[in-house]
Amino acid sequence: MLQYIHDFIKKVFRDIFRKKKQWKIGLYGAPNAGKTTIANRICQDWLGEELGVVSPIAHETREIQLKEQITIKSKEGNELTFSLVDTPGIATKIDYEDFMKSGLKTKEAKERAKEATKGVIESIKWLDEMDLVIVVLDATQDPYTQVNITIIGNLQARNIPVLVVANKVDLKKADVKRIEAAFPQYDIVAISAKNGTNVDQLYEALFAIAG
Amino acid sequence: MLILQYMPYAEIEALASEERVGKILDIVKKNRILLLEGRLKKEEETELIKQTMEAIDDDFKGIEIGTIDAAAKESAAIIEKIKKSMVNMLIGDRGGMTIIGPATIVKEIKQDPEKIQVFTDVGKKKR
Repeated sequence: MLQYIHDFIKKVFRDIFRKKKQWKIGLYGAPNAGKTTIANRICQDWLGEELGVVSPIAHETREIQLKEQITIKSKEGNELTFSLVDTPGIATKIDYEDFMKSGLKTKEAKERAKEATKGVIESIKWLDEMDLVIVVLDATQDPYTQVNITIIGNLQARNIPVLVVANKVDLKKADVKRIEAAFPQYDIVAISAKNGTNVDQLYEALFAIAG
Repeated sequence: MLILQYMPYAEIEALASEERVGKILDIVKKNRILLLEGRLKKEEETELIKQTMEAIDDDFKGIEIGTIDAAAKESAAIIEKIKKSMVNMLIGDRGGMTIIGPATIVKEIKQDPEKIQVFTDVGKKKR
């Protein structure tokens, strides 16, 4: 019961301060869902520069990356300024041998695995700092994973607004309907961050929530 | 050999969240697949991921987890949600079942609201 009272008070204070300060928008999801590609797309579109390095090897982003003062404009001329937080992918398992299969040497693979575990912990710690979270799902993968369910469930429990994005719709295996069926309570924004497909819809959705 | 261990909710009911997660992780690190009655709270699920990450080393590679909860398909009406959260506060979240296994044995858990498929690799040499 005390936890419920604590959460309620925290929520009330967060709502009060949220109205006054700049939004902090986080990109969350499993490794290789395309969080950094989306971050780069947003930063490239509005700042003319990229935020992070993208790699086909999982857990490329192992530290929180923050870009402040991004201002986007709507078709109606409204502006939204926010800080964008790109987070390491959340996973329940990390095996250094998987990195070796991708060509890394044992020492490198073990180091990457160690850093990746710390990255997951950091991502979870930062959840409470967010005012809005873009949950990034790889549209070619099964959406019914516990990582996705846990992330979205935690955001709901913390009363943090969620925008679910189905990324990689440029790929043949992409199945947005499967994601819509998995999370029927959300309007799914289907994009290809790599090609820029429907990214304008992502910006509209941000305005709808935060604008 | 594959060892499944059943844990009734009553076994973790009186424990604090960190103790619940610690107890679960201790079992999974013994290379057992845990069948837990009910499910963890959302914040306990993230605590489980955090503690799992802290425990990963050359031998322990992490966990696979899946939850089946028929109650999740219930009406989304606010009154139903309030009723459910009140019941959960009083007796805990006993609905459904949670499966947690070591990643070296459980390769994948596929789930949807109605079924769970657990893919194991018991042939792999345990370290």
